[in-house]
Amino acid sequence: MTGSELGRYIIRRLLQTVPVVLGVVVMNFLLLQLAPGDLATVLAGEAGGAPKEYIDQLRQRFGQDQPVLVQLFNYLRNIVFLDLGYSFRQSAPVLDLLLARLVPTLLLMGATLIVSLGIGVLTGVLAALWVRTWKDHLVSVAAIVFYATPLFWVGLMLILLFSIHLDWFPTSGMEDVVAFHEGWARVVDIAHHLVLPTITLSLFYLALYARLMRASMLEQRGLDYVTTARAKGLTDRQITTRHVFRNALLPVVTMAGVQFGGLLGGSVVVESVFAWPGLGQLAYQSLFARDFNLLLGIFFLSSCLVVTVNLVVDLVYVVLDPRIRIG
Amino acid sequence: MRSFRQRFLGNPRVALGLAWLGLVVAVALLADVLAPKDPFAIVGAPFAPPAGDFVLGTDSLGRDVAAGLIHGARTTMLIAVLSTLAAVGFGAIVGAVTGYYGKLVDDVLMRTTEFFQTIPSFLFAIVLIAILSPSAVNLVIAIATVSWPPIARVVRGEVLAVRSREFVQAAVVAGQRDSAILVTQVLPNTLSPLIVTGSLLVATAILFESALSFLGLGAPNQMSWGFMIGAGRSFMREAWWLVMVPGVAILLTVLAINLVGEGLNDALNPRLADL
Repeated sequence: MTGSELGRYIIRRLLQTVPVVLGVVVMNFLLLQLAPGDLATVLAGEAGGAPKEYIDQLRQRFGQDQPVLVQLFNYLRNIVFLDLGYSFRQSAPVLDLLLARLVPTLLLMGATLIVSLGIGVLTGVLAALWVRTWKDHLVSVAAIVFYATPLFWVGLMLILLFSIHLDWFPTSGMEDVVAFHEGWARVVDIAHHLVLPTITLSLFYLALYARLMRASMLEQRGLDYVTTARAKGLTDRQITTRHVFRNALLPVVTMAGVQFGGLLGGSVVVESVFAWPGLGQLAYQSLFARDFNLLLGIFFLSSCLVVTVNLVVDLVYVVLDPRIRIG
Repeated sequence: MRSFRQRFLGNPRVALGLAWLGLVVAVALLADVLAPKDPFAIVGAPFAPPAGDFVLGTDSLGRDVAAGLIHGARTTMLIAVLSTLAAVGFGAIVGAVTGYYGKLVDDVLMRTTEFFQTIPSFLFAIVLIAILSPSAVNLVIAIATVSWPPIARVVRGEVLAVRSREFVQAAVVAGQRDSAILVTQVLPNTLSPLIVTGSLLVATAILFESALSFLGLGAPNQMSWGFMIGAGRSFMREAWWLVMVPGVAILLTVLAINLVGEGLNDALNPRLADL
């Protein structure tokens, strides 16, 4: 594959993401229209009631007296300029609030991806090597149990065991704010806080990847190229690590990309259990403040993240697997 | 080759799953007989430990945990089953129409399906309920809205495979209307993957419902397992059973449905079962 082909593929793939992002924006707008009571009535209600003239004036100021299509156009134009609206509860632009919470969430996502993919793939490979032994059954049973466990409950159980009874890990937050750690001490502190949320969010995906990797390894092991490799005189170990493993990994990578949206959804629950100061916790807070601008902003940003991750996975795929034609 | 019944019921995992599911469904149906009092009623001292006056203890307000569990089974199962039925119905229609008509309809509807698969589904459900306001009906709507795409894909694939077969062409020649062909000829042939995917969806719906109720977005005035965990989480230090008991109930029920769903899959596709 030449560089320019890859460049053209990237551009085409980028263009494909436009309708999705646009769709999310339009849907956000429609949902805002559905929301009970517009901003003007909410603000007026909070002030303890207001005369009708004042409400009309507020509507005019927010552009809510315009026809719906004009409002939609304004909404789209604002999004293009990265103006996601204003959170009247937090008295700050939505974008600023989101950016402040993005890093903790990405940290949690990244740690979860590494743990779930790393341990999941390893477990899947081992289970495939031990196929039909008691160890393989043990892995299968563990995977099917983790697969059925609600995330928030795992989080609470881990807190019960490791924070309340054993006192090994902190129950909540991202760092010990009153300790004023700096440099490496701060990194260690954050890592210490990261352990339980990461395990909680990882378990489900770990189980998923382990099952998929096991099935994928077993499927690949029966293919012709393995026979060829064996005929060439390669050892079992070489066949497994150089051939079977690499091919078996591809569906798992795809699945990891597909599951990223689910991971973000799970982070809402996990962040609210562990008071992790990320986007999920912000979503939880905005729910009860009925701060729809903020909630929809989070939904928009999360959708953009998912689209970006899918794009990256597709590109990684093309680079990894020369059989995939991009014509 | 053994019969479907033997392959399905002879599987010990399926038998275990069906036994637990049967229990949960029976409890859900008989909730008013087993626990005639309102599960929100205060019946004793708060934080009574299990195995005392109350089998599963009482919560922070002195409500009976066992009664909550029984009525929670009804709420959780009802919402999960209804939202799955709605998702299966809608997904099957979309899948059948896209697969049958192809071309532009297929393009438009499949792009829409992909769109719904791309956006983060749990967040979308949260947004929907936050805006529609929490209620049992809106929970069903939200969960169904985020879970129909896999059904549409499965049905579309099956319809594409069946569409060009002779018996469908015969129906076309015989002058049957499109809708009649879809319902009487094509859809019955997509049933087995539909049943498998649908049964696994119930498990996902239970997880969604409990997570939403845990976050406080559940149906108000309806006891549910997720709500019980959310209400008990602040008292974990003193009363572990408030979180443990409903959590185990969710875990076992989801596990049971997954076991039965996979058993169905193995029994319907015996050639794949050995993989």
